[in-house]
Amino acid sequence: MCIAIPAEVKEIKEGNIGVVDYGELTQEVRLDLVDVKVGDFVLVHVGFAIQRLSREEGLETLEIFREVWKAMDESDERKVQVT
Amino acid sequence: MEPGKEIEKAIRTLTDRNLTFMHVCGTHESTIARSALRSVLPENLKIVMGPGCPVCITPQGEIDAALQLASDGVTIATYGDLLRVPGKDGSLESCGGDIKIVQGVHKAVEVAQKTKKEVVFVSVGFETTAPTVAATILTNPPDNFSILSSHRTIPPAMKWLLSQGEAKIDGFMLPGHVCTVMGYHEYEQFHVPQVVAGFEPDEILLGLLLLLQQIQEGVSRVDNAYPRAVTREGNVKAQELMWKVFSASDVAWRGFPVIPGSGLKIRKAFSQYDAVEKFGIEFKPDVKQGGCICDRVLRGISQPTDCKMFGKVCTPRTPVGPCMVSHEGACKIWHLYHSRT
Repeated sequence: MCIAIPAEVKEIKEGNIGVVDYGELTQEVRLDLVDVKVGDFVLVHVGFAIQRLSREEGLETLEIFREVWKAMDESDERKVQVT
Repeated sequence: MEPGKEIEKAIRTLTDRNLTFMHVCGTHESTIARSALRSVLPENLKIVMGPGCPVCITPQGEIDAALQLASDGVTIATYGDLLRVPGKDGSLESCGGDIKIVQGVHKAVEVAQKTKKEVVFVSVGFETTAPTVAATILTNPPDNFSILSSHRTIPPAMKWLLSQGEAKIDGFMLPGHVCTVMGYHEYEQFHVPQVVAGFEPDEILLGLLLLLQQIQEGVSRVDNAYPRAVTREGNVKAQELMWKVFSASDVAWRGFPVIPGSGLKIRKAFSQYDAVEKFGIEFKPDVKQGGCICDRVLRGISQPTDCKMFGKVCTPRTPVGPCMVSHEGACKIWHLYHSRT
């Protein structure tokens, strides 16, 4: 039920309707819940954009991964020392 | 080495006792089962699914109300996921009524615009979905349109689960898209490790790792492992629209008693769109199917394979309980991917 797919806003039409591109499919979705402009990325759920996504926030996820890997490297080193 | 492998290794190192984490989202269960994540986790780390499937937690009485409307000649529009959910006498799929499958509530309004018949949208879903319905009601749909609100909200159910203690939960993986809309500040009231997680296998492993780190540190907070969609505040515009149209109500969930403040009822100002008011619907109590353990699965105290009927009498084609119907139901997902326990 709560599946949501990222898509790029290609066009904004009258009546809170946007044309979005999922990659290989374009579709009209409702934009009532977000303030967006052409070129923004949104998450689409049941035919509605439910949130705007930004490239920066996407990069933030990568940053968390990087931090975790770093922490793990350190804990690996500690383990090697113990054994 | 690929990132998932690194995290998997760290999870094995950090799991130093028996731990049970609960997620509250059918889409999480789907990723976990599809990518067989349980098979790479240590034996003493258990991931259970809570009441995260909106179709599954909708009480039978609400399905029966939709079936009654269909037999009275009302057109029912809803998500495909709901069609095979068994009511007392049959399902929407088998009832012979006028049933339309729609992508979302806005498409149900289009159905109403093309007919003079009454059209009722059976409106299930958590906080991810409810704002879409609110926004649609605010566009003044035609008079022959109304909704049967079966919406539920997650935090009151988590509160119930934690106060009850039955499932012995050491941490929660919070539903990424509910939190996309609602943010996660509301979850800070719970004194238990929590993480908001995304839906890729790597993101779920990352979520598990952050929970384990909290346990190692002996702290309880809400970590956000899905920041590309989730902020602490969430989508404030969507929240405002949702609360403009709905107010919190006390409702039962399938497998649960009445949970205070866990439902969404249409406010009086919009009562012309409330099918309960319009058709004078009274919900009847659930009649439990003998042998079905959906209620225990939803509370996180049993697994689908604990059920004697799983994969035998009860299959996706011949579902006995709702968890075998929805794409988000634990039983259907396990049946599809043959998950190990």
